[in-house]
Amino acid sequence: MILDAKIPPGPLQSKWQHFKENAKLINPANKRKFNIIVVGSGLAGSSAAATLAEQGYQVDCFCFQDSPRRAHSIAAQGGINAAKNYQNDGDSVWRLFYDTLKGGDFRAREANVYRLAEVSASIIDQCVSQGVPFAREYGGELANRSFGGAQVSRTFYARGQTGQQLLLGAYSSLSHQIKSGRVTMHPHSEMLDLVLIDGHAKGIIVRNLITGEIKRHAAAAVVLCTGGYSNAYYLSTNARGCNATAIWRAYKKGALFANPCYTQIHPTCIPVAGSYQSKLTLMSESLRNDGRVWVPKKKGDQRPPQAIPEEERDYYLERKYPSYGNLAPRDISSRSAKEVCDEGRGVGPGGLGVYLDFQDAIARLGRPAIQERYGNLFEMYENITGENAYERPMRIFPALHYTMGGLWVDYHLMSNLPGLYVLGEANFSDHGANRLGASALMQGLADGYFILPYTMGEYLSTQFGKKPTTDRPEFEQAETAVRAKLTQLLEIGGTTPVNEFHRELGLLLWEKCGMARSETSLKEALVELPKLRERFWKEVAIPGRGAALNQSLEAAGRVADFIELGELLCRDALTREESCGGHFRLEHQTEEGEALRHDETFSYVHAWQYQGEGVAPQLVKEPLDYEFVSRSTRSYK
Amino acid sequence: MTSSSQKKAPSFFASSIGKKWVVALTGVLLIGFITLHLLGNLAIFLGPEAINSYSEKLHHLGVLLWIVRLGLLVVAGLHVFFTMALWRENKKASLEKYAVRQKLETTLYARSMRLSGLVVLGFVLFHLAQFTWELTNPDYKNWMDALGRHDVYRMLISAFSNLWVAGFYLLSVGLLALHLAHGVASLFQTLGLTSEKLRPRFERVSLIVAVLFFLGYASIPLAVFFKVVS
Amino acid sequence: MNFHLRLWRQEGPSAKGGFEEIEARDIPAEASFLEMLDIVNNRLIKEGREPVAFESDCREGICGTCSMVINGIPQGPGRGAACQVYMRTFRDGDSITVEPFRVAAFPLVKDLVVNRSAYDRIIQSGGFITEHTGGAPDAAAMLIGKREADRAMDAAACIGCGACAAACPNSSAMLFVGAKVTHLSLLPQGQPERSGRALNMVRAMDEEGFGNCSNYYACEAVCPANISASVIATLNREFVAAVIKVEVAN
Repeated sequence: MILDAKIPPGPLQSKWQHFKENAKLINPANKRKFNIIVVGSGLAGSSAAATLAEQGYQVDCFCFQDSPRRAHSIAAQGGINAAKNYQNDGDSVWRLFYDTLKGGDFRAREANVYRLAEVSASIIDQCVSQGVPFAREYGGELANRSFGGAQVSRTFYARGQTGQQLLLGAYSSLSHQIKSGRVTMHPHSEMLDLVLIDGHAKGIIVRNLITGEIKRHAAAAVVLCTGGYSNAYYLSTNARGCNATAIWRAYKKGALFANPCYTQIHPTCIPVAGSYQSKLTLMSESLRNDGRVWVPKKKGDQRPPQAIPEEERDYYLERKYPSYGNLAPRDISSRSAKEVCDEGRGVGPGGLGVYLDFQDAIARLGRPAIQERYGNLFEMYENITGENAYERPMRIFPALHYTMGGLWVDYHLMSNLPGLYVLGEANFSDHGANRLGASALMQGLADGYFILPYTMGEYLSTQFGKKPTTDRPEFEQAETAVRAKLTQLLEIGGTTPVNEFHRELGLLLWEKCGMARSETSLKEALVELPKLRERFWKEVAIPGRGAALNQSLEAAGRVADFIELGELLCRDALTREESCGGHFRLEHQTEEGEALRHDETFSYVHAWQYQGEGVAPQLVKEPLDYEFVSRSTRSYK
Repeated sequence: MTSSSQKKAPSFFASSIGKKWVVALTGVLLIGFITLHLLGNLAIFLGPEAINSYSEKLHHLGVLLWIVRLGLLVVAGLHVFFTMALWRENKKASLEKYAVRQKLETTLYARSMRLSGLVVLGFVLFHLAQFTWELTNPDYKNWMDALGRHDVYRMLISAFSNLWVAGFYLLSVGLLALHLAHGVASLFQTLGLTSEKLRPRFERVSLIVAVLFFLGYASIPLAVFFKVVS
Repeated sequence: MNFHLRLWRQEGPSAKGGFEEIEARDIPAEASFLEMLDIVNNRLIKEGREPVAFESDCREGICGTCSMVINGIPQGPGRGAACQVYMRTFRDGDSITVEPFRVAAFPLVKDLVVNRSAYDRIIQSGGFITEHTGGAPDAAAMLIGKREADRAMDAAACIGCGACAAACPNSSAMLFVGAKVTHLSLLPQGQPERSGRALNMVRAMDEEGFGNCSNYYACEAVCPANISASVIATLNREFVAAVIKVEVAN
């Protein structure tokens, strides 16, 4: 199989322009004849559904939450990047493009990333016109900040709730279209299968989570905007409901899954306190501007932090990265924390934590200054842990945060299955092996507002007169399979609750395929995962019925998919014999312990094709040719 | 706006906020009335001459007095009617109460608005019967002062010397004060005249107003009862 | 820690509901309230019983999915949503009553789950600015004072959880509607539709069957997003201004 990314010809700067000028258009009277399914209502889903409806298409939008406004995009704190250069600090489309590409460790497509940087400015215009209350200067201009170590201030923000405000902006546009009748919203609905007709994505099978009803929906095209798969690790900063079921079932229908091993771990989260824990809470990275990270020099030191004298503390980031110190990038500080904990020097319950100490900052700047900068974060920390961070250092630990991998898409955001589009975190396209801070919101909205609405015409213009109906045998088969799977789950009659399997899966992936991976650990995981899967299908307990609200049943389907996905994740990590971005293989590091890329052998997108139950998936490679930039090595010493 | 604005806007008086505005605006007028009424009646402290001549002048207004009385009736009627309409809707909107009851932010006087309002309404009827229609003691009609004017002074002294009358009066003005304690601040909120900063101030003003009305109205029966005026 | 729970169980909207007494034993003090319920549910499942249905998603207080009343307080004691309540704030051996939101316009689905789609329909009636993708002027073209932007943000912080209506003795949705009307009325982009928005959203609110505001401020007391009840004053003002503008000036 040869993957064609359909990148337009010409110089980087004019590719998107070239595409738009030559794209096929659908005339307004014909648009309303096409109906489109959008699954997911986060930034990508809401913006895509609203914009397509605005253009005149009939849209059916599905989300598993009770309202489209609750999608997990809402929890993004930091901000959204855009190459506006309002601060006159030398930013440009090219710089944003290059920073994103470099941040992704040169594992993304040039053309896609350039287009992302190009449309970033329009996103801000669009959001402001929707009434998103971005932070402002006293004179009324938009405020910007520098984020994630960027040398320019290009991040727009709305307090610590940027994701919420952007999502509510998209939700309000979506609400407008629902009112106009061009979008039919289906909340509390979970997609359980993709329906293919003659190889084209033409519908989905959906379970209503309240009534348990299984329904078929047919459409001219299907758009998946269902987010990432961090929850495969059980504990992550994702919402409890985030799941990979939609993309996983599309994968099993033939969509390629690209780069699953690219996962991002955020260094500053509140550590795990016990086995009952359901969620890890992110603390803004900005804390590292004034906090110093340390652990005791002695293994298993049980003294309270205040009782450990200065000379017995190891400020390991400052020691190892003298120039960046506590501000070392996400992947590096995460990995260093893991290393010291592996050495037995971790702090707090279970030894899984490091200190983030503000004593020096308080001594230097005074407590009021620290309170003003981080007061709300200290409060949040105290609320969760019961500890006062002004008096004793915070405990932090890395946690799964974002997944760069996802379904493979071409320049049009269409997967290898014609008619199946994938947007936002659910696709693999723009962040390469590592995502920069404040870029996820940018990508979700770029895909939904400005890219898909242009590219979809290319496909739809070939679909006139091919209106699918739900009485086709393909729908019948898919529905039967979905029902069979649900029945099978309900009939297991085991005694172990779903989330115990989920926790076990998470722990396994975290240990074997987390911040640092090795051939041994991955091979172990590949032995243990099928066993876990087998036990799951024998022992899981799902009380209640299928024809009603049944949260255990919902969770079971998702966990079953996560177990399978975990296997693919480990397989991909094992195959990628190099270290890049969020993927760190212990065998591939420099003498100083830094990630070692092998551009000559791994400058590829690894896309996996499902071959059937019990058969190893097939690896399909899409080469990444760097025509316009030369690849450099990241260094933060 | 698109399709949504083509639907006709609801009648102001049918809307939740419209009804509240009626209650608030009639409340303002009623506060105006009780203010004037209080000022007039405080004349009792100036002696029989003052209050009797005040009463005489009021009665000489003739048609105007009747217009004002009719107006007051309408205003009070609207106040009660719309409150009841709101109450009916509220009953429908809220289900059975929680098993554990919490007061949250609400105050006792806010929660007793309907009760205090109804008692005050009952009192007003009694008050009218006693002093305006003079039904409780038909003799009142014949009490004249030296100048041949209706002897309001003597009537008040007589009425408030009765423990029961004075007691009921005090209870009612107490409830009126409670009603005002929430009502005054509340009307600023309903009329949209407050902000986060102003609201606590209006609430303080509201309490002060309530206390002032209580002291003002309570001073009359108390003064009579303790024979400060006689 | 050990707790004595009284949990509301109700099979469906029309079924009869009631409290079930459940002992929650050996709960870690660091667990959140929802994690405590997770533990209880896990034990129920192991005993072959059906777990208590309750909704939650982000578990960091921003998505607004939680909807439960803990000891008579919608979203539980302290600031933030129910997911931000921690067991160490209770005393060992406490009796804790957990009920669903009780609002006629939020029909019960099961146990602690209610249907809050009424809030979505209110937003659909006018809680937006009509614009179309690609047609926006440059974001810097219109200046917005920091004060207005900050106040708009204060109101826009609403998480749409429904605690305001649940706490209100009248089940009024005025805080929710007021927050959206205030947010958009403060911004220049919100001006063209300002009157229609207030009228339509208030009508939608009334049609959904929410009660009227009695200025009790219970909503403000429980709001996890710290929305001030001054947005209700703004709504009162905006609505009447809109009536005058549309009915009288027309």
